Formats: sequence, C-alpha cells, structure tokens
Amino acid sequence: MSEHVLDPAETERRKKALLDPLFTNNPIALQVLGICSALAVTTKLETALVMSVALTVVVAFSNLTVSLLRRGIPSSIRIIVQLMIIASLVIITDQILKAYLFDISRQLSVFVGLIITNCIVMGRAEAYAMQNPPWRSFLDGVGNGLGYSMVLILVAFVRELFGSGRLFGVSVLPLDTEGGWYVANGLLVLSPAAFFLIGIFIWVLRWFRPEQIEEGN
Amino acid sequence: MLQHYLSLFVKAAFVENMALAYFLGMCSFLAVSKRVETAIGLGAAVTFVLAITCPLNYLIRAHVLTEGALAWLHPSLATVDLSFLTFLCFIGTIAATVQLVEMAIDRWAPALYAALGVFLPLIAVNCAILGGSLFMAEREYSLGESAVFGLGAGFGFALAVVALAAIRERLRYSNPPAQLRGLPLTFLITGLMAIAFMAFGGIQL
Repeated sequence: MSEHVLDPAETERRKKALLDPLFTNNPIALQVLGICSALAVTTKLETALVMSVALTVVVAFSNLTVSLLRRGIPSSIRIIVQLMIIASLVIITDQILKAYLFDISRQLSVFVGLIITNCIVMGRAEAYAMQNPPWRSFLDGVGNGLGYSMVLILVAFVRELFGSGRLFGVSVLPLDTEGGWYVANGLLVLSPAAFFLIGIFIWVLRWFRPEQIEEGN
Repeated sequence: MLQHYLSLFVKAAFVENMALAYFLGMCSFLAVSKRVETAIGLGAAVTFVLAITCPLNYLIRAHVLTEGALAWLHPSLATVDLSFLTFLCFIGTIAATVQLVEMAIDRWAPALYAALGVFLPLIAVNCAILGGSLFMAEREYSLGESAVFGLGAGFGFALAVVALAAIRERLRYSNPPAQLRGLPLTFLITGLMAIAFMAFGGIQL
C-alpha cells in the first residue's frame, strides 16, 4: 500500500507539469512554439476546437511514448525516432477525423498533417519527456495542449463572434445582411486579424505577468 | 504554358504567402527575424529545400503512395493504396533531403554552407516545408507545377522574413510600452504586413 501513496513533492511536480503551461509558461505566448499550423484554423470555433483536441491528444501521447522509450533511444538518432512516433500518432488522429468528422477534416485540410512539425510536440518531447517519467510527461503534454487550446479557442471565439456574428455556426449577433443589426467586421475573418489578436493577447497577458516582459526590442 | 507557371509562381509567392496567409513556418519566422543577414540565410535555405522537396514528394506520391500507383512494380500490386502513409513518407523524405542537401552544399559550395549555417538542419522541422508538400498533394499539382509552386512559396517566405527583419532592425531604436516589447509587437507588425500582402489578392496574370 505504501508504494501507492504519492509523496507530496511528486504530487506538486505533477500539478506543476499540468498547470504551468496554462499561464506561467504558455507554449504560444511565452515559448513561441506551435503558432505555425494553428492560426489558420481559428476563423471558426468548431475547427479550432477539433484542432485543439487533436493536438492535445497527440502531444500527450507522444510525450508518454517518448518518455516510456527514453532509456532505449540513442541520443544520436532521437530526433528521427521522435518524428516517427509523432508522425504515427498524427496519422492515427487524421484517420479517425476522416472517419468520424469528415466535413471538419476537409476544412482543416493540411493542418492536421502539420501537427507533425508543430514545434510544441517536438519541443515537449525533446525538452520534457526525454528526462521525465511517463505519467508526469503525459500530464505535461496535456497541460501544454490545454495552454495551446486556450489561446486557439480564445482567438477563434473573437474571430467567429465579431467576424461573422456566430458561435459554433449558430447566429448570435444577427447580421445586417440577414435583416439583423450587426455589421460584421470583415477583417476578422482574414489572416491579419489572427496576428493582431495573438499580439494583443500576449500584450494583455504581460500586464498581469510583468516578469514575462522582454528586454529591448 | 509559361504564363500558367508564372501565374502559379506569383500566386504561391504573394497571394498565398506561406507565412502571412497560412501562418506556416511561424516559429522560425519569428525567431530568426531579428537581423536581416540571418533572415536572408533562412529565406535562402527554405527556398532551396522547398524547391527540391516539392517535386520529390510529388514523385513519391505519384509512383508509390496513391491507389494503384505501385502497378509499375508488379500487376498484383495494382490495388494497393498506401495513401495513409503520406505524412510519414513526406516527413522522411524531407529529413533525408535536408541531410543530403547539407552534405552536398558542404562539399561543393562551402561559402554557401557557412552562410546558411544552423538553418539547414532546422528546416527539417519547419512547417512551411511539410506544408508545401501537403498543399501540393491536396491541390494535385503536376510535376512541373509542384516545382514552380515550391520555388514560389519559398521565395514568398524569404521575402516576408527579410522584410520583417528589416522592420525589426529599425524598431530597435523605438520606445514601445514595456509589455509590448519583443513578441507582441512582432505579431502586430506581422499582421500589418499580412494586410499589405492582401493587396496582391486581386492579381491575375
């Protein structure tokens, strides 16, 4: 029995692995990882949500797998091994999406495949899972996935609500073109808006976390 | 024919700019745009690798991966559909190509090798490269088209990253609010650049 009781330090470390990536060490806002394939899917909440779930699943399980194999992977070929693990997980995710959510899979187009080169997945496998035990690595993966999802969903929420007056495809602000009162902000559905929103998000985050402010330009 | 290729090049470079319209290669785009010289190195490396991997992945897709593509090997293989292996093959090809290109440049053009430096190996995990191949597959380009598309997409990325680096060099002398320094400001500038690039949207050759 005593084996199964966690010592408080380990519980603390697990909690930290899960919760730190949300605000203190957000993968997008602070580590500048994984912006690559993400922003293009944020014009609608639905696609953003599916993308978030897909990435969280991939990063959590790739962390778990890499961590389980970490003593057996020679360091000279570790990048290739990590890439292969990640690519296999992405293939599984992609096939599942194609089978059960075909419409959304079509809208996400190449961006599901691009999870392979998403720096969050590689970055966490390399920086965390190679040095830490499986369960904690899994939690770190979930935490980073959630940190990424949070930014993605926030951006998608603003873009879909004010860009086309809808949430999850349901009309919330009736558009003037359909007899309502809301004049849609067309810029928000275009790509520059995603950059602005992320920039503003990080800006606001740094008001509350002054320690994240960068030196110089 | 030439006009078609030219139009595809302009479309890939400006209208559908990898970095500004599809957000691909953002990590290195933001990290390496602090100085113009390194930005030029990264841009050149991305263009080079994209122009090689796009047609190469086209060949692999057309002759190995799609349904019935293996028929040239043996008639009994005509029903084999390996398209689920697309991601794995593409990323493998890219990693191998980067390695080969690196060795070749080191052997025959040491000056270029020194200039590209650490960017070549990093490119294997740059989403713009894999994105280029995946777009090529999704839009079903021909061999010639995929080569032009790769070249155009790489050129567009290089143009964007060099422009951003030039702006950031100038910004070093400005005095923005503390919270805005660094990353947030870079995002806002990139957004403005994306608006500027949207002006190319109506171009039809």
